Amino acid sequence: MSATVEKILTEEMVAEITALFPRYPTKQAVVLPALHVVNDQLRHVPLEAIVEIAQLLDLAPSQVQDTLSFYGMFKQDRPHGKVRAWVCRSISCMLRGGEEVLEHMCHQAGVRPGETTNDGNLTIEFAECLGACEYAPCMLEGKNLHRNLTKETAENFVKETMS
Amino acid sequence: MPQRPEPVLLANVGKPDSWTLRVYEQTGGYQALRKAVKEMTPVQVIDVVKASGLRGRGGAGFPTGLKWTFLPKDHPGPIYMCINADESEPGTFNNRILMEDDPHQVIEGIILSCYATRATTAYLYLRYEYPLCWDRLQAAIDECYAKNYLGKNILGSDFSLDIFLHRGAAAYICGEETGLIESLEGKRAWPRIKPPFPAVEGAFRKPTVVNNIETVACVKHIVGRGADWFKSMGVPPDPTNPRDAGSYGPKLYCLSGHVNRPGCYEAPLGITCRELIDEFGGGVWKGRKGKAAIPGGISMGLLAEQEFDTPLDFNALGKVGCMGLGTAAVVVMDESTSMVDFLYNSCRFFQHESCGQCTPCREGTAWSLRMLERIRHGNGRLRDLDLLLEIGDTIGIIPGTTICGLADGAAWPIKNAIRKFREEFENYIKNTNPTGYMVTEPVPALVQLAAH
Ligand SMILES: Cc1cc2nc3c(=O)[nH]c(=O)nc-3n(C[C@H](O)[C@H](O)[C@H](O)COP(=O)(O)O)c2cc1C
Ligand code: SF4
Ligand code: FES
Repeated sequence: MSATVEKILTEEMVAEITALFPRYPTKQAVVLPALHVVNDQLRHVPLEAIVEIAQLLDLAPSQVQDTLSFYGMFKQDRPHGKVRAWVCRSISCMLRGGEEVLEHMCHQAGVRPGETTNDGNLTIEFAECLGACEYAPCMLEGKNLHRNLTKETAENFVKETMS
Repeated sequence: MPQRPEPVLLANVGKPDSWTLRVYEQTGGYQALRKAVKEMTPVQVIDVVKASGLRGRGGAGFPTGLKWTFLPKDHPGPIYMCINADESEPGTFNNRILMEDDPHQVIEGIILSCYATRATTAYLYLRYEYPLCWDRLQAAIDECYAKNYLGKNILGSDFSLDIFLHRGAAAYICGEETGLIESLEGKRAWPRIKPPFPAVEGAFRKPTVVNNIETVACVKHIVGRGADWFKSMGVPPDPTNPRDAGSYGPKLYCLSGHVNRPGCYEAPLGITCRELIDEFGGGVWKGRKGKAAIPGGISMGLLAEQEFDTPLDFNALGKVGCMGLGTAAVVVMDESTSMVDFLYNSCRFFQHESCGQCTPCREGTAWSLRMLERIRHGNGRLRDLDLLLEIGDTIGIIPGTTICGLADGAAWPIKNAIRKFREEFENYIKNTNPTGYMVTEPVPALVQLAAH
């Protein structure tokens, strides 16, 4: 009996991934780019997608899973929030109150770093130095860098995102 | 304020549309490339870079020209260039400024470096957290292909080159050169045991050069302005240190923490920490006094205020017990800062970022973090300090117990903070835990046994 399993990777994703092959001498080098393609679309990389990526790249699924699990970037069991905010906790941000801002936001949203609010709108993550220390404390949200956060500006951000 | 030379690396930063080819070409962009491919052989480019005394800006300060000569001669190819734009060292953001505001300067530097090393493909490994850099670099690369600064037979020469951007996924260890290569190859970023060095066997087992963004930006100016110009700035070799090759050229210094004007500033190598804070940073904030500063990214250790007159060059920081210049990212701490908090933050970072393959690094970073947690929670004991120092002195490449330098980076803040501020740690422990008694948590399994 052959069950028809629903594919996770869309044709567009597959096309985007295979278009990268000529850039590298091995297909394995496309693992991270492929994980990003899927993550950008689905906000996580479910296990089923790992199997499909592995097939595309002629790898064992465990090889792809091994790479994925090493990096702090990818979630597997459920998508991260519609908005994913990385709040920096490293030294320059800490010196200017970054840890307090992170704690305040988590408290307000009712999550711990890495978790998503119940409405699925917001994931708050801690970040190790975002490379924007001159704007400490700061937060990266999608492509937006929020600079010189205060408890008030962070609070407004959480409020707007969750409503 | 003494006269400082006009900025060169940051010359375009802040101009309207500074990231476009139009603006870059108006300011002499791609003239160095034209000169190299029309008038110079690759060997001549290597020679001028060697003569300039350029040392890598990514942290280790290795002479760039020399590194290039380690590539095997007459290799059939391909030779790869990996541009290290992972920039995850806390306190460091100079590469970001260059890529965001002057991507063409970086790209011209990459093309010249590839010409010199005969690399035909360059991978620019960019940390995930820099989305604006990605967009600006990709747009700049597209502009270059359209003008034949990239692609086949660049400017009519027989030199061809592709540059591909490659996105990281939030892991500091991808900045270590062999960790970067493993990550690029699609694997977890476990640094490789050396030798073989990347120059002999690097990305995809081919000869590979790994260079930092600021390093290749310097190459552009060395080819354009000559080795003498570069050598006219900086500090000559220290005659008492046979291993010092001098510190030449302009340098980008990142300044953050408790200063009035945080930012990225250009100054000749050899500027002192105090000059940087006072002249560029507008002094310590809130009218307070400085207490300590990290001199070059968190991994390089700690300067006490009395040491602020140390020049920020490749040699002098070793004399005050720091590991080195690192990325020249200075983070200033004012008199109200707790060194216990500082060290806790530092230990937490390294514990989180250790890739885990060497036991001394994995266990040492975790152990030091647990001790700092305990001290902060008021259960510290005075002998913890000696134990921490022992960990600091036994993990890393320098005692020879680990594969890569992350463990050294973890060790230096421990060694420096406790040796330079021991009294503060002792007082903290004595005040929060006067009896020296440690509250131990019952072991759950044993509790269950006792209940039976
Ligand atoms: C843990 C660790 C992290 C590093 N991170 C970076 C980095 O983010 N960027 C960088 O250019 N070099 C980094 N380095 C240094 C690189 O290994 C390598 O020396 C450098 O990229 C070489 O370039 P350069 O010769 O132009 O300096 C790191 C080293 C270690 C041990
Ligand atoms: S020293 Fe640490 S980070 Fe470096 S390879 Fe060993 S375990 Fe990994
Ligand atoms: S320490 Fe927060 S961005 Fe660098």
